[in-house]
Amino acid sequence: MANSMAKSFLQVAATEEVVSPLRVVQIEGLVILKIIKHCKEFSPALVTGQLLGLDVGIVLEVTNCFPFPIREEDEEIEADGANYQLEMMRCLREVNVDNNTVGWYQSTILGSYQTVELIETFMNYQENIRRCVCIIYDPSRSNQGVLALKALKLSDSFMELYRANSFTGEKLREKNLSWMDIFEEIPIKVSNSALISAFMTELESDTPVTQCDYDRLQLSSNPYMERNMEFLIECMDDLSVEQQKFQFYYRSLSRQQAQQQAWLQKRRADNMQRKAAGEDPLPEEDPSNPIFKPIPEPSRLESFLITNQIANYCNQINGVSGQSFNRLYLMKSLHDN
Amino acid sequence: MAADDHTVLQLSTPSTANLSAKVHPLVIFNICDCYVRRPDQAERVIGTLLGSVLPDGTVDIRNSYAVPHTESAEQVALDIEYHHNMVVSHQKVNPKEVIVGWYSTGLGVTGGSALIHDFYSREVPNPVHLTVDTGFRNGEGTIKAYFSVNLALGDRQLAAQFQEIPLDLRMVEAERLGFDILKTTAVDKLPNDLEGMEVTMQRLLALIDDVYKYVDDVVEGRVAADNSIGRFISDTVASLPKLSPSVFDKLVNDSLQDQLLLLYLSSITRTQLGLAEKLNTAAQIL
Repeated sequence: MANSMAKSFLQVAATEEVVSPLRVVQIEGLVILKIIKHCKEFSPALVTGQLLGLDVGIVLEVTNCFPFPIREEDEEIEADGANYQLEMMRCLREVNVDNNTVGWYQSTILGSYQTVELIETFMNYQENIRRCVCIIYDPSRSNQGVLALKALKLSDSFMELYRANSFTGEKLREKNLSWMDIFEEIPIKVSNSALISAFMTELESDTPVTQCDYDRLQLSSNPYMERNMEFLIECMDDLSVEQQKFQFYYRSLSRQQAQQQAWLQKRRADNMQRKAAGEDPLPEEDPSNPIFKPIPEPSRLESFLITNQIANYCNQINGVSGQSFNRLYLMKSLHDN
Repeated sequence: MAADDHTVLQLSTPSTANLSAKVHPLVIFNICDCYVRRPDQAERVIGTLLGSVLPDGTVDIRNSYAVPHTESAEQVALDIEYHHNMVVSHQKVNPKEVIVGWYSTGLGVTGGSALIHDFYSREVPNPVHLTVDTGFRNGEGTIKAYFSVNLALGDRQLAAQFQEIPLDLRMVEAERLGFDILKTTAVDKLPNDLEGMEVTMQRLLALIDDVYKYVDDVVEGRVAADNSIGRFISDTVASLPKLSPSVFDKLVNDSLQDQLLLLYLSSITRTQLGLAEKLNTAAQIL
């Protein structure tokens, strides 16, 4: 009896805990304000910071954050940065703030955040923390009247591939992974403590006059669109460079295969002759011959990232155009009246 | 000797008599958050205010952090080393933010506050003291800012009087956008572009309706006419540019066409991407 109980306990201890997939990121209003303030103060420079919070089942709660100082490219200041982080965490612990790192945030310009550095940072964080998330904030879009806050996570299948560091066409087809699957966007929920919402409700005057966000009704979106298009064109150029790399690869591959065939034929002809002369046939493969050296296939990671960025820009353009349509029609009807 | 008896109570008037303070909502959020997380035996939270002093003398309060302290009936003890560590850390990120004062939760100014204020005035000349009433004692959450003025009798320091100064709650544009979602206790998802547009347009509509109603009321004599408001309204209506309908239509149509072109371009790009991706991964190597 006791034996079977002990065994069942062992079994329970041996089963891995099931990691429930992350569904929602719950952010406190305080964190959003802090992120907005930090990114806005230093824009257009890009800044980063650390997120602190709790990991509860399918919800990742982010309860506090602190900004990172802008780092100079200097070796001694690297250690400084680590010290700063430890110091901040220790101090925050003393005032009962959740001491758990759950990710980081960074600012971006016009949504151009898909870089290899982002992926590497993700992998670094993933080593230590089971679930981490990256929040991207775009201050330039907020000038247009939208709260551009996104929570991102690398998809699991992508992470496995990245660890194996192989991005060949075969592997990608196996996993059925396309450029859309690299990043997963997680919906954000905002929560506030009751005290804060009481304060805020009282502090904000109720008259609609001060409530109206006039920024959104501004007609001029041209500079923003122009910059977006510029970025888009640059990305297209990058993409075409990547395409050319692939073309070159395929061409050299087919050339190499033609060479291999020719060499094989010659070898076979030689062997026939040798057989006729009664000598041993030579092997049909010759690994030392340079035309048999396999050409490495270029990684598709860059092109995936670029494609992702382009898609992002297109989405943004769509969004802003939609808004502009609204504004133009509004103006038209106002004028008619 | 007789003259010595008639010493006058001097209030050293601060040279900046018309001082005021501006507070960013982030500071209020921080204070509330620290209050909610305070250790069980503490009744109130004390912390430092960071910010800058603007050229016209107003104090701009931008950030804050809590400082652990112990308080009893007779004395107050503040963790000074923690305070200095946090200042140094914060200044690494933003060297422009300096100490401008301190805050405490709770309604009035207590005896212990004078001591703490003294400590802070050694760090910064003329610190600002902010009280945030988290207990909602007056039925509302009052936020007040004070400056301390020294009461001196001749040469002797008698007391410090806390004088209230006007406080202004400032909000930056981007923050105002997020303000709706910051007001309630929970929001299920962030509004995307079009929903935000809709909300703004509804507000504008409400504004216009109000103005309409007001004008109607005045015309029918229900409400006394106020000349300044009338002038404002006529200014607003006159500020619509006077363009002939055809010119205006052409303007609008041009902009519409530009936007449509951009939309078309972006849809083409997306189709191209979809195609390219299929071709790339479908290519078979012999």
